Amino acid sequence: MATYLEFIQQNEDRDGVRFSWNVWPSSRLEATRMVVPLACLLTPLKERPDLPPVQYEPVLCSRPTCKACNVDVPALIELFPSFQFPPAYGGISEVNQPAELMPQFSTIEYMIQRGAQSPLIFLYVVDTCLEEDDLQALKESLQMSLSLLPPDALVGLITFGRMVQVHELSCEGISKSYVFRGTKDLTAKQIQDMLGLTKPAVPMQQARPAQPQEHPFVSSRFLQPLHKIDMNLTDLLGELQRDPWPVTQGKRPLRSTGVALSIAVGLLEGTFPNTGARIMLFTGGPPTQGPGMVVGDELKIPIRSWHDIEKDNARFMKKATKHYEMLANRTAANGHCIDIYACALDQTGLLEMKCCANLTGGYMVMGDSFNTSLFKQTFQRIFTKDFNGDFRMAFGATLDVKTSRELKIAGAIGPCVSLNVKGPCVSENELGVGGTSQWKICGLDPTSTLGIYFEVVNQHNAPIPQGGRGAIQFVTHYQHSSTQRRIRVTTIARNWADAQTQLRHIEAAFDQEAAAVLMARLGVFRAESEEGPDVLRWLDRQLIRLCQKFGQYNKEDPASFRLSDSFSLYPQFMFHLRRSPFLQVFNNSPDESSYYRHHFARQDLTQSLIMIQPILYSYSFHGPPEPVLLDSSSILADRILLMDTFFQIVIYLGETIAQWRKAGYQDMPEYENFRHLLQAPLDDAQEILQARFPMPRYINTEHGGSQARFLLSKVNPSQTHNNLYAWGQETGAPILTDDVSLQVFMDHLKKLAVSSAC
Amino acid sequence: MNVNQSIPPVPPFGQPQPVYPGYHQSSYSGQSGSTAPTIPYGAYNGPVPGYQQTPPQGISRAPPSSGAPPASTAQAACGQVAYGQFGQGDVQNGPSSAVQMQRLPGSQPFGSPLAPVGNQPAVLQPYGPPPTSAQVTAQLAGMQISSAVAPAPPSSELGYGPPTSLASASGSFPNSGLYGSYPQGQASPVSQAQGHPGIQTPQRSAPSQASSFTPPASGGPRLPSVTGPLLPGQGFGAPSVSQPNHVSSPPPQALPPGTQMTGLLGPPPPMHSPQQPGYQPQQNGSFGSARGPQPNYGSPYPAAPTFGSQPGLPQPLPPKRLDPDAIPSPIQVIEDDRNNRGTEPFVTGVRGQVPPLVTTNFLVKDQGNASPRYIRCTSYNIPCTSDMAKQAQVPLAAVIKPLARLPPDEASPYVVDHGESGPLRCNRCKAYMCPFMQFIEGGRRFQCCFCSCINDVPPQYFQHLDHTGKRVDAYDRPELSLGSYEFLATVDYCKNNKFPSPPAFIFMIDVSYNAIRTGLVRLLCEELKSLLDFLPREGGAEESAIRVGFVTYNKVLHFYNVKSSLAQPQMMVVSDVADMFVPLLDGFLVNVNESRAVITSLLDQIPEMFADTRETETVFVPVIQAGIEALKAAECAGKLFLFHTSLPIAEAPGKLKNRDDRKLINTDKEKTLFQPQTGAYQTLAKECVAQGCCIDLFLFPNQYVDVATLSVVPQLTGGSVYKYACFQVENDQERFLSDLRRNVQKVVAFDAVMRVRTSTGIRAVDFFGAFYMSNTTDVELAGLDGDKTVTVEFKHDDRLNEESGALLQCALLYTSCAGQRRLRIHNLALNCCTQLADLYRNCETDTLINYMAKFAYRGVLNSPVKAVRDTLITQCAQILACYRKNCASPSSAGQLILPECMKLLPVYLNCVLKSDVLQPGAEVTTDDRAYVRQLVTSMDVAETNVFFYPRLLPLTKSPIESTTEPPAVRASEERLSNGDIYLLENGLNLFLWVGASVQQGVVQSLFSVSSFSQITSGLSVLPVLDNPLSKKVQGLIDSLRAQRSRYMKLIVVKQEDKLEMLFKHFLVEDKSLSGGASYVDFLCHMHKEIRQLLS
Repeated sequence: MATYLEFIQQNEDRDGVRFSWNVWPSSRLEATRMVVPLACLLTPLKERPDLPPVQYEPVLCSRPTCKACNVDVPALIELFPSFQFPPAYGGISEVNQPAELMPQFSTIEYMIQRGAQSPLIFLYVVDTCLEEDDLQALKESLQMSLSLLPPDALVGLITFGRMVQVHELSCEGISKSYVFRGTKDLTAKQIQDMLGLTKPAVPMQQARPAQPQEHPFVSSRFLQPLHKIDMNLTDLLGELQRDPWPVTQGKRPLRSTGVALSIAVGLLEGTFPNTGARIMLFTGGPPTQGPGMVVGDELKIPIRSWHDIEKDNARFMKKATKHYEMLANRTAANGHCIDIYACALDQTGLLEMKCCANLTGGYMVMGDSFNTSLFKQTFQRIFTKDFNGDFRMAFGATLDVKTSRELKIAGAIGPCVSLNVKGPCVSENELGVGGTSQWKICGLDPTSTLGIYFEVVNQHNAPIPQGGRGAIQFVTHYQHSSTQRRIRVTTIARNWADAQTQLRHIEAAFDQEAAAVLMARLGVFRAESEEGPDVLRWLDRQLIRLCQKFGQYNKEDPASFRLSDSFSLYPQFMFHLRRSPFLQVFNNSPDESSYYRHHFARQDLTQSLIMIQPILYSYSFHGPPEPVLLDSSSILADRILLMDTFFQIVIYLGETIAQWRKAGYQDMPEYENFRHLLQAPLDDAQEILQARFPMPRYINTEHGGSQARFLLSKVNPSQTHNNLYAWGQETGAPILTDDVSLQVFMDHLKKLAVSSAC
Repeated sequence: MNVNQSIPPVPPFGQPQPVYPGYHQSSYSGQSGSTAPTIPYGAYNGPVPGYQQTPPQGISRAPPSSGAPPASTAQAACGQVAYGQFGQGDVQNGPSSAVQMQRLPGSQPFGSPLAPVGNQPAVLQPYGPPPTSAQVTAQLAGMQISSAVAPAPPSSELGYGPPTSLASASGSFPNSGLYGSYPQGQASPVSQAQGHPGIQTPQRSAPSQASSFTPPASGGPRLPSVTGPLLPGQGFGAPSVSQPNHVSSPPPQALPPGTQMTGLLGPPPPMHSPQQPGYQPQQNGSFGSARGPQPNYGSPYPAAPTFGSQPGLPQPLPPKRLDPDAIPSPIQVIEDDRNNRGTEPFVTGVRGQVPPLVTTNFLVKDQGNASPRYIRCTSYNIPCTSDMAKQAQVPLAAVIKPLARLPPDEASPYVVDHGESGPLRCNRCKAYMCPFMQFIEGGRRFQCCFCSCINDVPPQYFQHLDHTGKRVDAYDRPELSLGSYEFLATVDYCKNNKFPSPPAFIFMIDVSYNAIRTGLVRLLCEELKSLLDFLPREGGAEESAIRVGFVTYNKVLHFYNVKSSLAQPQMMVVSDVADMFVPLLDGFLVNVNESRAVITSLLDQIPEMFADTRETETVFVPVIQAGIEALKAAECAGKLFLFHTSLPIAEAPGKLKNRDDRKLINTDKEKTLFQPQTGAYQTLAKECVAQGCCIDLFLFPNQYVDVATLSVVPQLTGGSVYKYACFQVENDQERFLSDLRRNVQKVVAFDAVMRVRTSTGIRAVDFFGAFYMSNTTDVELAGLDGDKTVTVEFKHDDRLNEESGALLQCALLYTSCAGQRRLRIHNLALNCCTQLADLYRNCETDTLINYMAKFAYRGVLNSPVKAVRDTLITQCAQILACYRKNCASPSSAGQLILPECMKLLPVYLNCVLKSDVLQPGAEVTTDDRAYVRQLVTSMDVAETNVFFYPRLLPLTKSPIESTTEPPAVRASEERLSNGDIYLLENGLNLFLWVGASVQQGVVQSLFSVSSFSQITSGLSVLPVLDNPLSKKVQGLIDSLRAQRSRYMKLIVVKQEDKLEMLFKHFLVEDKSLSGGASYVDFLCHMHKEIRQLLS
């Protein structure tokens, strides 16, 4: 087993890939019986400090239908027997072998020198319907961000409230902006006309040949190199005022988010299509007018809740969603991405807008206020740089997946859109976004991870020879943050195994973590379009089938049920997944659900697992900090607990600890150890906070504190008001819930798994 | 035409004239006497004299003390008093007796003959006929008429007084004696009478003219007489005569007593009824003819007959050989009126007085009726029935200029504050409290003078009545003693029941290529910097309450944030022209002083920012929409100043295409040239009006801009249009800046509603001017300034009462430039008549022309121009024919007889017919026509007068030392002497015509060049030179410009130069190149038409 774990880890480190199965069942029929599909989590831009950049272009298989990149030739030849060496390889010798022909380079990054390099583009879209201090904080953040951008980056500014203003950054003296009504939906053409982006055809006839050269970029008025307008823009941001239109009592401010986004999209679409660009939307409330409005301006009518949505009572939702989807698709088509930074106490319409970030690979950040460190640091972290001093962001990527012929591609789940490239290796059964072998990922960073699902199509009666391997190649074209075009190619090969004879091998090669995350992605993907209970039922059935398939048991004897080590954690993941906010909407607003799901669908395996099953550490005088069960029994009076749910970091002081702290022991020299104890989780939390994006909500609470609910809602309710003390432990904290505990869940599972009725 | 040919008259004329004064007076008395024969009249007479002696004041105030009744008793002595009472009575509500009094005075002037009817039927009859005849004669040949008039009055009076009713009347009148004296005076006149012509001649060079006038054999002399008469009408009767006549006429009833006579003599001037004088004369003439009583006349009559005989003239030669000098001369009429009526103040206390001509400078004293500066009527004596009105065809219209600017020595209307309850109004018809309201039941109630409804007087307004039935506090309250005053409006009179905010001015500047290239933008921005200090302010306010905003535009709009807290203005571009909105709230409309630095900075930068623009397309409708939206957002009314250069062809609402097609001229489709291209502009205008947004449009076109369409919005919102074709900074700067300055500085009323209420019997049915109407009664004016006029036409819907007359009340509810909501009320009482003669005697031709021109100019929107012209001619012919038929003394059909008051109708009408709109010349563009069309629509009487009949002033004829304006000459090339220099102005254009053989010295001192040939043709500025002539000319030009609401650009035209064609276009008595008839030809044509109608 250790070998498999190591193998998995090694593969992940090298290629950014984790498969649910590392030995593949060799026939379609068997593959379906495996319950968990053959799939992988791919992190296309996995940071590889050791990866030497290759300064030339990849050589492609010259068969037009294939075009696979030339990597690890021996393997390739083995896997793609039809691979034909292009003529370029004529001069290859043993001593001068290109990197792609060396076996250790299963992942290779090519840098392409040709083509005009266009600078990065950052378009700020700023809501001005904010409270004064919020706006002030936002302005400061934005000004700060200017110092983090590369000087040749193009920046633009759009502000909105009741109206939408596109600021022209080039002019001296009078500051100039184009203003749009916030209620009117405009087509891209109209927007470009109104911004004067369309080149007038007539003047060209006026025999001014020198003219065209003066404006290499028509758009230069709105998107200017930062170094030119740094001061100007800083001043402009500094002078930003709150939306001046009066808001009467009982009304929401009129906020034209829909139009503002539409204009931002139209602006970039008309000026820099297919160039890396980030539209960064900062909003402090729900869109209240125009296309994309989420709620009316009457405060007495609250913004839609899950309850309203279930009752089909959300008036604006469908229309708004449609609007933002349209925008998202256009943006994606142009290779731009949209970030949403929504900071408000109430909902801001993330539910409707989520597709903008989801489809374009943009970020979604949700906070209570722009004046919180959560937002400030998250925003700052976007501009962090990697070991090479480059931004951790890439743009306009296309992911091309190629498979050997025993496999077909079923789909992908992640921050991508389909490019609708049909081919022989595209399956007709879709899982996630399918029907294509290529996807576009407009914005991605080193952690962006896609779930990619495959289908084994090899027929049972056409067995693969012993020792045969299946291969998959991932080709990612993208624009590096240095504005260079790059191609990263990852080629994977795995052994085939006959499930009837070699089930043990397959079983042993099961990656339950990856499988849990991949299944969770499927579940969450379904939850977007299906009723919550249906999804849960589907997940349950899959789990039961899996247990039936791989469990060892005697029929009708739950007590005899056993799972091998490689499956042992899987049910527990499923248990927590069922309780997670990704599938449960209870107690979450639609916005929160969208927010959680957004991050779940793009984070890598580790983070995803944390999201599914939060990590709980315990600090005490009894020993060094240790991870403990995510269980109510872990909540003890003399412990400090640190829980990381990805979205929240909770530090919880047990009852006694809290009393001690109240008594001020930590300030007494003789209790220095207590002070250290208190400090330890804080330091650890700090460490997590430093690395995490987005910045988690940091909660410091104690026994009986109102915020302790964050912890209590996550732990397994092994002790509730119903069964308190039933387990015979004298400590722990009862959870007031009717939810089933893991133990009950497992009992049921066993019962069902061993039942012959299913 | 040339009825009065008798040459002999000439000498007599001379004599008569001197006599006239006396005559008139006497005649007045006589008339009055005759009419008034009854005792009551006597009383009146009394008053009259009083009047005369102490004209207005006496009337209005003196009376109070002495009761009317007493007056009647002591006629002569009390006369004044009585009069005063009358006046009051008229105005307010005297007791019954008073009423009678009133009537008398009122009716007297006109109806002196008529009114009396009951008692004096006999008298009247005589009068009736005579007057008519008199008038007729007057009319006959314009000249004759005049001549007749002049002499006639005296004679008639004399004759009448004594001869006719006099019997009865005389009995009552001690005056008879006076009459007697008159008669004597008249006697001579009488003799003259025969020589009516003579009379005229004396007045002027009439005789000679006469001769020339009536080209026909005998005609010659007659013609002159004709002209003479005309002149006399004014000139004659004018000073002494006319006044007296007037006096007499009104007083007549009262005056009958001899005492009056005297009074008349003295006072005459005050009286306003110049017409009467004229009439009287005519009447006299007619009288003579009609009745034996006027033996004197007899002689005149003979003349008349001669006229008749002479008339033969018309048939043969008249058309061709009419002597221009013999036909009625506008110059003469104007001069006469100026001389006769310009010296004494015009007191408005008496009902139905015809005011002096607009060309006369006179002072107005408000004593219960609105000043003629506010309201002028086509007739001050309205037929009692619609039948009469139809018969006469004289349009009944009032030209109202509610915010007319007053000369410095006349007080602007007082502001009355009735507190929270608001102005006191009639419960039924909602008329506002005015001097005509009659208080009854000891002051506890009042009867509405318009609808007769009886209303309670609210306790806080109660006041006791004096023994005349007048409120004791009448003179303390403007609304009870004055014709014009203002009320402070309460919140009930405001939109949304909220007091309005101060209005705003928004400057919207075209910055397309054309505007930049001509330097307009730079010029304008520079000017605005200083001009903004002169925004209109109310009363003694230190700074104007008006806020300003700025927009520039080409195909998109640029708004500017000029908030005082900003270091730099901010520009906001709105390119969504299809759906305009205002991008900012705060900082768009600002107080000038607070934001001065930012505004200055903005105005400095605008020309720079667009200096390199290559944008040639513009929008128009969205610009105005933006203005509306801005005002809406600021919740105020306001005015937009649009500076626009080209046809709006950019893709936007209201996009226009060039549809200028000269081929349409003289076709049935010609009207489309005057109609807006699309309905969008009207819709827009409606929105403007709803928001109280007035638009002033300054156009700087290089080519066709479709003024007809663009001017729709200014037109419907009470705004103005200025057009500077082919604008160049060097040439047009002064004109534009001067217009702009005046426009920005002038006081404007915003968001106004005007309503004209009338006594039962007539009703306002039609309105002309720059405004919008959403229903049939309310004139909605988004903005209204002191230059804008609304012409209102009335029609009968019932019988009018001769006794109570006809009342008009024009109420204007508006927001002042300080944001105060006010009501301005103008009241005017008119007389009513049952005799057509009275109508014709109290007409005002200038006003009539104003109405007819507006009517015709509106007509071109719907009918072919030719049809419109024919309609005008027909109507004019009907008017004159009706007179001839019903009022003139019988005479040969060949004789053209014009009413004294209308003798200029043909010449003026001809000018209207020849105007660019109705008969365009080849060089007149479609835009020009549309421009003029809309200009005329809101012109007042003075403007239409000079616009249609330009003033032509010789510069070197009068001595250099004289400070007065040189007397004008008639607008005909014949009048130009090539050794002279002339100024010609029509309110829009100003020409300096230099004769080819002007003395070198003159050339040198005016142009600083040595010879005629060195003068630059087309020069627009005269060098400023230090010599008397140059100073004088410059001074004259300045004073002419000061009189007009628009700056007139000077054009120097040299004789025989190319530009002279342009100049000649304005010599309206001549045949025009575009086919317009000469005055003489037209007069003949008119005569023919009349004859056709009569036969």
